[in-house]
Amino acid sequence: MTPRRILACLAMLVVTTVPALAANPQRWQLNMTPGVTEYSRQVYDLHMLILWICVVIGVIVFGAMGYAIFKFRKSKGAVAAKWSHSTVAEVTWTVIPVLILIGTAWPATKTLIWIDDARESEMTIKVTGYQWLWRYEYIGTDVNFISRMDRESDRTRMLRSGMDPAAVQRDGENVYLLDVDNPLVLPTNTKVRFVITANDVIHSFWVPALGWKQDAIPGFINEAWTEIHTPGTYRGQCAELCGKDHAFMPIVIEAVPREQFDIWLEEQNRLAAGDAGDSNAPLAQLAADDALLANATESL
Amino acid sequence: MATDTATTVHDDGHEHAPSFIDRWFFGTNHKDIGTLYLLFSLAMFLIGGAMAMIIRAELFMPGMQIVNPEFFNQMTTMHALVMIFGAVMPAFVGLANWMLPLMIGAPDMALPRLNNLSFWILPFAFLIMLSTLFMEGGGPAGGWTLYPPLSLQQGNSMAFVIFAIHMMGLSSIMGAINIIATVLNMRAPGMDLLKMPIFPWTWLITAFLLIGVMPVLAGAITMLLTDKFFLTSFFNAAGGGDPVMYQHIFWFFGHPEVYIMILPAFGVVSEIIPTFSRKPLFGYQAMVYATASIAFLSFIVWAHHMFTVGMPLGGELFFMYATMLIAVPTGVKVFNWVSTMWQGSLTFETPMLFAIGFVVMFTIGGFSGLMLAIVPADYQYHDTYFVVAHFHYVLVTGSVFALMAGAYYWLPKWTGYMYNETLGKWHFWLSTIFVNLLFFPQHFLGLAGMPRRIPDYNIAFSDFNMISSIGGFGFGLAQLLFVYVVWSCARGRSGIKVGDRVWEGARGLEWTVPSPAPHHTFTTPPKFDDRDLAHGDVSH
Repeated sequence: MTPRRILACLAMLVVTTVPALAANPQRWQLNMTPGVTEYSRQVYDLHMLILWICVVIGVIVFGAMGYAIFKFRKSKGAVAAKWSHSTVAEVTWTVIPVLILIGTAWPATKTLIWIDDARESEMTIKVTGYQWLWRYEYIGTDVNFISRMDRESDRTRMLRSGMDPAAVQRDGENVYLLDVDNPLVLPTNTKVRFVITANDVIHSFWVPALGWKQDAIPGFINEAWTEIHTPGTYRGQCAELCGKDHAFMPIVIEAVPREQFDIWLEEQNRLAAGDAGDSNAPLAQLAADDALLANATESL
Repeated sequence: MATDTATTVHDDGHEHAPSFIDRWFFGTNHKDIGTLYLLFSLAMFLIGGAMAMIIRAELFMPGMQIVNPEFFNQMTTMHALVMIFGAVMPAFVGLANWMLPLMIGAPDMALPRLNNLSFWILPFAFLIMLSTLFMEGGGPAGGWTLYPPLSLQQGNSMAFVIFAIHMMGLSSIMGAINIIATVLNMRAPGMDLLKMPIFPWTWLITAFLLIGVMPVLAGAITMLLTDKFFLTSFFNAAGGGDPVMYQHIFWFFGHPEVYIMILPAFGVVSEIIPTFSRKPLFGYQAMVYATASIAFLSFIVWAHHMFTVGMPLGGELFFMYATMLIAVPTGVKVFNWVSTMWQGSLTFETPMLFAIGFVVMFTIGGFSGLMLAIVPADYQYHDTYFVVAHFHYVLVTGSVFALMAGAYYWLPKWTGYMYNETLGKWHFWLSTIFVNLLFFPQHFLGLAGMPRRIPDYNIAFSDFNMISSIGGFGFGLAQLLFVYVVWSCARGRSGIKVGDRVWEGARGLEWTVPSPAPHHTFTTPPKFDDRDLAHGDVSH
């Protein structure tokens, strides 16, 4: 654990020098970002490894093909050879790919085993997908609220609204369809476990900066975890088709330092307990909760 | 065995010209049914393409300009169903109908009346399915995968969709039975299985896949039907059911299904590349075994479509390894095509251009497929535009390009006239440029974080979406050129009549019959030299 922590801290130093924006989608962005967790960085490394392997194989195969296309033209007087076999060649290009695949599967397996392990988390968030919003519950507290797309995006996305998507801004950044009323607030440098489910149809919880998505399935509880090192705002979207407003249920994570988070959670907890005292109300009572929670989280 | 006398009598019986209705509606001739299949699939290709144009028009820029999200979802769902079941699959069945008997030296398909039935189910199936777009509540909008519980939110029109898919499944199963019966029983004397051309081989294997998985799809959608209308709870968690089980059953069909759409494409390309390289197919037996291995592996990789549903670690590892293994036989195929070209004597007529385009761009789709196999990376790629780019590379620049290649390759045999080579080349280059403009930027969109199946997106995704849409419109328009080329070729507009062996390097029994192929061929089994077979491989 310790060496990884040290690495993570180093990574954090590097990452913090880059604008916090870089975790969110940019215009003309060509590649996945390394994200803001050790998890997402490992995923990114695997992605780059397999990408480069493909590029190298591609250069060899397409190079050979291009050579054949230019060299063995009938118009240049090429005469066809008669051979149609080469056992050596065939064995070679069966065995070498197998070796390459083993070389790729090895780190992928190591990473997968590591990221599968959600134990030793310090807190748990329950995420529930609904058509078309998210509910976040801070397990062990009374804090429990819903999070839906911001009003400005919602007005702008109406059919032929005549409004300009580019005008939906927050802090100078375009947040069209990627902003919410109540973000999920998380502490940094804390292993947070998510338990993820849904109440109606299947949704999928995805924040690219964290490096994973996990389906939210009615009747199932899925598990995932994260440990964010860089404070910031990280945006994502539902990734499983869930009906007409599938495109309009964004996810926003506000990662703040632990001390700040503790203060926030305590305040929310007090508000929630004082206001209603019925944090165990059935989840289906969304409408009733909505009004309360809108007030409770206004203070953010 | 038919004697010469019997054959003559038989021919005489068909000398009279059947009426239009008799020939095209009640006919059992494999060539006519092949033509019907091909024309039907072309019509579906245009209808599915029109839906894609609506999708790309809405995605041209951020904000909702043209359609509402409900209709957008119906378009993405219908586009996929129409293209898969209406365009690609029937097109390959059409090629099989036309070419298998010609390639193996059979007078017709083994079961001609079944052949008529399996075609004529299709127009009605699609009429029913497309009509749901005009019903109350609209057509299916839950994606072509029809995942419950979302798909169960469709209105009562869902019953029509399921019935239509059942009909398509029946049609496919009957077609597959016919192909197996034909290939196994009706090969010309002396044509051992391992002397058979590669296209019939790939279709033989594909037909087994069809029989293996179409009933599984039928089971899955029947359970959807009873969940929706008869209050069962197969997939309803609240009733003790399991929505993930649907995905397992669906993809047990769905993964072999993607090979059903690509294996015959491998066959077509493996016929064309040797012809225009004037050199035998490299590693014929390896090609056959690679096809069989891919078919086998296709049954044990289904859950790689479901890495994010919360499978246990062991399951994820197994499906990752099995999926990666597919790269090996697929790689063998690509290497063999390149080796076939190596030291050949190459010319670049339109079929060869499409075949080369196929090899390059299908390989790109294969690379992204390999990337998607890596589970941790798939946690990011899954359900994004990266996946959309991947399967369009293997399906459009893969299957569809192979179909185009096959159409140009055999058009002169079908019509007796050469198509317009200049327009064919224009069609190829326009298609290739625009299709890459269309799908390549979608890799970037997915990696940058754009989910699939969304009608609207953040400004960050606007530039590549606009490029993609422009590519889409261009690709769509270029296909109208193909329609014109086919029409003008069928009308003999070029005025260039072709001989039996249309292409200099062509090998195989289909090139020993006149062009256009007469209504009845091989009424007596042909005698042939092994070197006449397409792969020209006589070493065993």
